[in-house]
Amino acid sequence: MNSFKEKLIRQIFRAASYASLFFLFGIMFVLFKESLTALGEINIFNFLLGKDWYPTYEPPDYGILPLISGSLAVSFVAMFICVPLGLGTALYMHEIACDRQRKFLKPAIEILSAVPSIIFGFFGLVILAPFLQKNFNLPTGQCLLTASIMLGVMTIPIITSLSEDALSFVPRSFKEASYALGANRWQTLLRVTIPAAASGIITSIIMGMGRLMGETMIVLMVAGGAAVIPNSLFAPVRPMTSSIAAEMGEAAQGSLHFSALFEIGLLLFIITFVLNIIAEIISRRYRLKLGQGR
Amino acid sequence: MKNKIIQNAAFSLIGLSMVVTLLFLAGIIYFIASRGLPAISWEFITEIPRDAMTCGGIAPAIVGTIYLTLGAVLFAFPIGVACAVYLQEYSPKSHFVNIIRIGVNNLAGVPSVVFGLFGLAVFVKFFGFGVSILSGSLTLGILILPGIISASQEALMAVPISFREASLAMGATQWQTIYKITLPAALPGILTGIIISIGRAAGETAPILFTAATFYKREYPNSIMSEVMALPYHIYALMTEGLQPEKQTAIAYACALILIILVGIISSSAIIIRNKYRSGYVR
Amino acid sequence: MCAEQTTIKISKLDFYYDKFKALKNINLNIYNNKVTALIGPSGCGKSTLIRMFNRMSDLVPKTRAEGSILLDGENILEPSLDVVKLRRKVGMVFQKPNPFPKTIYQNIAYGLEINGNKNRESIRYKVEDALRKAALWDDVKDRLHQSALGMSGGQQQRLCIARALAVEPKVILFDEPCASLDPISTAKIEELILELKKNYTIVIVTHNMQQAARTSDYTAFMYLGELVEFGKTDKIFTVPQEKKTEEYLSGKFG
Repeated sequence: MNSFKEKLIRQIFRAASYASLFFLFGIMFVLFKESLTALGEINIFNFLLGKDWYPTYEPPDYGILPLISGSLAVSFVAMFICVPLGLGTALYMHEIACDRQRKFLKPAIEILSAVPSIIFGFFGLVILAPFLQKNFNLPTGQCLLTASIMLGVMTIPIITSLSEDALSFVPRSFKEASYALGANRWQTLLRVTIPAAASGIITSIIMGMGRLMGETMIVLMVAGGAAVIPNSLFAPVRPMTSSIAAEMGEAAQGSLHFSALFEIGLLLFIITFVLNIIAEIISRRYRLKLGQGR
Repeated sequence: MKNKIIQNAAFSLIGLSMVVTLLFLAGIIYFIASRGLPAISWEFITEIPRDAMTCGGIAPAIVGTIYLTLGAVLFAFPIGVACAVYLQEYSPKSHFVNIIRIGVNNLAGVPSVVFGLFGLAVFVKFFGFGVSILSGSLTLGILILPGIISASQEALMAVPISFREASLAMGATQWQTIYKITLPAALPGILTGIIISIGRAAGETAPILFTAATFYKREYPNSIMSEVMALPYHIYALMTEGLQPEKQTAIAYACALILIILVGIISSSAIIIRNKYRSGYVR
Repeated sequence: MCAEQTTIKISKLDFYYDKFKALKNINLNIYNNKVTALIGPSGCGKSTLIRMFNRMSDLVPKTRAEGSILLDGENILEPSLDVVKLRRKVGMVFQKPNPFPKTIYQNIAYGLEINGNKNRESIRYKVEDALRKAALWDDVKDRLHQSALGMSGGQQQRLCIARALAVEPKVILFDEPCASLDPISTAKIEELILELKKNYTIVIVTHNMQQAARTSDYTAFMYLGELVEFGKTDKIFTVPQEKKTEEYLSGKFG
């Protein structure tokens, strides 16, 4: 009797453990199913490589190259913000900060990571865009650069916290050995600690990249929204996510446009999935190399 | 001597990047607080909007956000904790656990707008819940699920094995051990994870764009099947829709400030709980 | 020696961790109301063996046992055996004191509650009884509802003994119970073990030869997974039959 109850409970918990896999595959399946119309009617190469995205014209054009390049461009530029600042902050917390500073910095980074993306989008729209427009004499402040800056700031805490974890996993003995050889703190950091934590740091950057590609509200509000392949930092762009968010409201359910938006979603899902798997592989290697739990 | 100079230069750069990061945080909070504060009043947070969103309060948006968040947590909490318990307490360390863990990590990396697409296709369309609190809550629930699983698993991992051994050695069944010993000991950690998830759910916009949110509603939601206003979406809508951008921007500042305060309170309480109980059992 | 009643009878016992054979053909009897000490150098299998008596060995994955361990005539290695029932009959005290992060009272009441005792009066009575048997009552009667983690190490260990007693086991296993305690606390625990053997069958694993000599009636010396010698403690310590035993007792290795 008792053991029956135990087994039942165990099975219930087992079922729950499948939930995340279930949802992951569910998402994949649903995206695929809803994209079927678009996959059937639009040649995949024309879809991925077409330079024109005019889904509501007559006849419509469904080429998402401008959207893909928009996503890549904003993410790429944003990396120039979040990688140095995120990594620098992590190094500061790990190596330079005294206990009191650390006690203040850690929560500050956590608060920054808790700030919803809509806030960054809003700030970009009302403060940063007008500022850039005025100082650089732009036709509009809603452009690639504005979106990238806000995206970059949003991603700092991800890179900081993951890199800091990686740095703190580096065994103390490594550092001590380096100090004992007469290296100073910077030499030790640069030649011993950072290389030992390298895969963790790279993982954090890849995770940050996934986050950048998938972020919606910031680009929706400040990227400008023009579906053109960007040719300068100040060009307005329309990343994939903002296309989905902006057009889903108007696209008639069941229409080709509706389905095409799901296909963009599918592509986005695949990109982030691949990035995650890469991060997974790198971080596993890293654990093996350093030996777990030290 | 030369080494010393290089070290100083490098450390200055590192320090500078930390300062710039903090300046961004401070700048965002400062601008939004200084411009949002004047618009906030008791009426603003307790009354319903009037005159096409240009006057009155935003109470329905606050209430809507609370409903959506609550719904998401009610959905994700039992599943997430149960999953963590299974992975940490029941299942032998195997391939299976590894696959689930990768699944959890991957789900955590799915862009929020994709969750919105999923919610639209499944909850709104397939199950016919329509654009509603129910659809939005379920969508947000799936979004926060991986976070709850990882946090709970970490909390369970921190409970010393000796507690479990002692309990099992006394003839407690595995479930008795989990229910009476392991889970209570892991509770602060699990709670922290859930609070962080609440903050996450409260601030997300993209997943509710097509599943729950509406811009202008002059009443409180009356069932889980009704559309709702939500704070984050409201900020977006105020900036992109409507006819009086000037007035709306002022309101948007206030909404943004309230959202920041809300999320700030939530995450600082998580930090406080965690610091209070941090490694309390590790000896 | 033949007059003793056997509580646990181990025959032809082999035990594997994956492919590593940790116990080799163990044959041993544990006698009723006696203290049996398992001694031997680290890695000799004594902890493995004691953890098989209540199947705590199950908690390690990829293990396998052959042979039999009879407790009151029942083979406890049977896969179908209800380990929960077994563990209620065979209590255990661990190397490191491991009270739950609960009050002193709750720590002991826990064992009663999981056995389905819901009567508060009877629980209160049994908690006191267990604490008295563990010689802890006078120390803690005024702070029963304070956290057990606030006690000293020795007190914590006696609490763990009281906790084990409350379930009313027949056998109590001590896995190096004094390894992390100071000499005074150790003396108290040893005294307690001698007191407890009147009512319980006791098996103790220890590194400390003096402790084995002081507390046990029988001693089993193990080496590299094998049982080298078993007999009355005074005999083993004074006239060991095996060369290995003599070497170990005289500190030649381990």
